Amino acid sequence: MKVGFLHSILRVEEKLLIDEFRTRPGVELEKIDDRERFFDLHKNDFSFDVVIERCINHSRAVHALKIFNDFGIPTVNTFEVAEVCGSKFLTTQALIKTRVPTPKCYMAFTPESALAAMDELGFPCVIKPNTGSWGRLISKINDRDAAEAILEHKQILGSYHHSIFYIQEYVEKHGRDIRSFVVGDRCIAAVYRYSPHWITNTARGGKTDNCPITDEVHDLSVRAAKAVGGGVVAIDLFETPAGLSVNEVNYTMEFRNSITVTGVNIPAKVVDYVLEVGRR
Amino acid sequence: MAECPVCGAQIILAPNAEKGEIMSCADCGSELEVTGKDSVQEAPQEEEDWGE
Repeated sequence: MKVGFLHSILRVEEKLLIDEFRTRPGVELEKIDDRERFFDLHKNDFSFDVVIERCINHSRAVHALKIFNDFGIPTVNTFEVAEVCGSKFLTTQALIKTRVPTPKCYMAFTPESALAAMDELGFPCVIKPNTGSWGRLISKINDRDAAEAILEHKQILGSYHHSIFYIQEYVEKHGRDIRSFVVGDRCIAAVYRYSPHWITNTARGGKTDNCPITDEVHDLSVRAAKAVGGGVVAIDLFETPAGLSVNEVNYTMEFRNSITVTGVNIPAKVVDYVLEVGRR
Repeated sequence: MAECPVCGAQIILAPNAEKGEIMSCADCGSELEVTGKDSVQEAPQEEEDWGE
């Protein structure tokens, strides 16, 4: 089977996946560096059975996946999944549509209407760029004064997409949230992420510990994965008084801090799935 | 043998080092990218659309 490995820089996750692919008999792995490869959109000169996407740039991933999918080449994940997961708005819409619990969320297009939305939602609240990761440019807004300042900054200093105001209710996490990993129709692992900072992303230095995969964790994670189109995704879950709530779904998941603590060989499970997709 | 472009330290790349692989200089801690069998460059800086 010929597997395309779409990548930018090779981080720990990519190295683990590449090493795993190379243990599999009958698999020919070809790396596709998105910084070096160009695509003739009129000509499909690829011979892959499947492509796994591991780009660090969301914009490159989305475009490349669309090219491969339009050529009839299956990818993990698909263009549709990348497009939905890459937009907090589209993710929220998908979750709402499929009745997956997710925090209250408002959208506005001007600072004035964003302020009105925040007044209705209440403070503190959280404003996020529609596209972004690793907790970047996420603001916890404690009061109206802070809201006015941040909205003005976003409008003047940011490009036009920073004037799409995605406003989410603030969920008190008490220092931790849950990251679960879904491969196909199974939640294969989950971790608690601890941080004294209100943003618990491990890219910001949070610590992890194993989280038991309860029925609720499994059910909600798989439902969230299906809501965005399925595949190999990582779900960020909040623990709320009303039960678990899905914050985000990530389609180029990072898992280096979750292998040892869970005892789950996450790269092996991902490779299993990719090869299964290639065989379909 | 590669050389750290930041501090000049000599770097021995692992036999299975891949082109594009990110590593740290053991001397200065700079993040580097493997560019060849015996070459590294400073790793690219985080961009606005980087992430999961």
